[in-house]
Amino acid sequence: MDTLASLADGFAVALTWQNLFLALIGCFLGTIIGALPGLGPSNGVAILIPLAFTLGLPATPALILLTSVYYGAMYGGRISSILLNIPGDEPALMTTLDGYPMARAGKAGEALAISGLASFVGAFFATWGLVFLAPQLVKVALLFGPAEYFALFVLAFATLGGIASRNQAKAALAAALGLGIATIGVDGQTGVPRFSFGEVHLYDGIDFLVAIVGLFALSEVFIFLEHRAGGAADDKAVKIGRIVPPWKTVRQTLPAMGRSTILGFIAGVLPGAGASLGSFISYTFEKRLSDRNGTFGKGDPRGVAAPEAGNNAAAGGALVPMLALGVPGSGTTAVLLAMLLALNITPGPLLFQQNPDVVWGLIAALFIGNLMLLVMNLPMVSLFVRVLLVPTRYLMPAVAMISFVGIYGISGSTFDLMVMIAFGVIGWVLRKLDVPLVPIILGVLLGDQMEKNLRRAMTIHDGDWTMLFNSWLSIGLWTFAILGFVLPLIVGRYFRPKIADEPIAEGADPD
Amino acid sequence: MSDRIFGVFGLLLAAFYIWQATRIELSFISDPFGPKVFPYMIGIVLAVASAIVVLKPDTEPEWPAFPRLFEIGMAVAVMVAYAFFLKEYGFVACTAIAAAYLSWRLGAAPLSAVIAGVLIAIGIYVIFHLVLGLSLARGPWGF
Repeated sequence: MDTLASLADGFAVALTWQNLFLALIGCFLGTIIGALPGLGPSNGVAILIPLAFTLGLPATPALILLTSVYYGAMYGGRISSILLNIPGDEPALMTTLDGYPMARAGKAGEALAISGLASFVGAFFATWGLVFLAPQLVKVALLFGPAEYFALFVLAFATLGGIASRNQAKAALAAALGLGIATIGVDGQTGVPRFSFGEVHLYDGIDFLVAIVGLFALSEVFIFLEHRAGGAADDKAVKIGRIVPPWKTVRQTLPAMGRSTILGFIAGVLPGAGASLGSFISYTFEKRLSDRNGTFGKGDPRGVAAPEAGNNAAAGGALVPMLALGVPGSGTTAVLLAMLLALNITPGPLLFQQNPDVVWGLIAALFIGNLMLLVMNLPMVSLFVRVLLVPTRYLMPAVAMISFVGIYGISGSTFDLMVMIAFGVIGWVLRKLDVPLVPIILGVLLGDQMEKNLRRAMTIHDGDWTMLFNSWLSIGLWTFAILGFVLPLIVGRYFRPKIADEPIAEGADPD
Repeated sequence: MSDRIFGVFGLLLAAFYIWQATRIELSFISDPFGPKVFPYMIGIVLAVASAIVVLKPDTEPEWPAFPRLFEIGMAVAVMVAYAFFLKEYGFVACTAIAAAYLSWRLGAAPLSAVIAGVLIAIGIYVIFHLVLGLSLARGPWGF
């Protein structure tokens, strides 16, 4: 009952005019960002962070804005999947399989409505899952000492590399790159400069926001320049049709939504899986279970409901480890973690104890945002369909310029802009080489904490290495880390998405 | 082939990183681990992972032909110039030019690219500076 009381307090925090307005803006922007091919949750949120930061928003409103964008993008991705057969972001990939055939059969409106409803069901129940699971995880996390935290960070990298990427060596390489970048600058414990080559700008280290915006947003601009996808959004004369689905269809898809919500939520909570895997697992499971007449892939409404419920539930689930442990499991939650760190808030068990208003206000805002998104995505969906028609040749320059504005706003420094451009180029090359970017971001974000905990553990135990493995908790975490990294190598062929094995559009936008 | 080159680059980077880590000066404050050990660990992971990439490369990615690479190079040059001249000529002028260039290269007709550039610059200026109060670079003309 404690939890419900905290949640009620959260609603008191969230229900101010300012927060409601920010949630509304966030949901609206998020849906657009999700719907536009080329902009997805992680680069959309990445562009907005510096802006939220320079606008001087306090922690709770800033988080409300950005998580609304995150949830909104999960809703929005389906729009272009269904109408144009182009996934608006990676998690919406599976929605194209049945959504586009439905649209071609003149049932686009129905598909949009079913998927919108499925998104709501997934996100709504996943948020309840967050309410009840996060405090439990916090209780476990309170038992963690520095050694356990170090093991937890290793676990995060291991599962991220093991489950979510195609090539484990490249994921490890990416993680090392990120951690290496994090070590640049003055060492927090002893005060000696490291890897700064006498350059004053490097003494502070590299601002993770600069790295994130460069890697995610600018590299996208380069990808578009390379392909010159100028007319991607040509009007294929999409007829939306009726938006209210027959009750029979809704009832038929409800069990699919329920199952997918549970699967998606679990996929989201696991570190490293994220929303794309959530929607993939939900779709495959649903297909195995209920595709008796071979209708899946030809416009079965359940094939639209399942992946959408799955990816939205995973989006909610991914917030659990991010808030409770401070270890994000997916690209976008990593970016959200960057926001928290930029605001000087360290997520984890202490956040729940010291700033309950932030956590519960955020969770309450997620409930409110979900209702707003449901309204936006059912009756008002045709508004967003128009946005899809903005050609990328005007969209991408605007994205690039807004990235510059955001980074310039933080520091007003030309040096940071140069570093951002460099990260943009590096991001482009790495994407061509199929090196995942999320471990880099995670490394840049967590490197400092990881080293601090390692050294704290060593200081406590006077430099004895074996003490890293001296509690059952840490042994458990290490075991999971090793399993998470090694098992996919062995059994990966069976449950790795087939589609994810082909580099889609240079690893579009990670969720 | 690309992967092998990339892996070799990773190995070189790891070597350079570890070499630089050995040169970190120690201060009088110290803990049992010191500031060097964590970088060593990262360097080793980087080296091992790079070696695996060299030995087991993936399929070759599709590199764009030279004109496309040149395109990206030019865009980078424009962005660097943008960062450089931003303080000198102010936000609106620089942004209009850079955005117009990008939109032209992404396939807009020259005239519509110019219009798009100006609109993007003014739009961002109005929304972020006039409405939201973000500080943008001021040029000689005050905007």
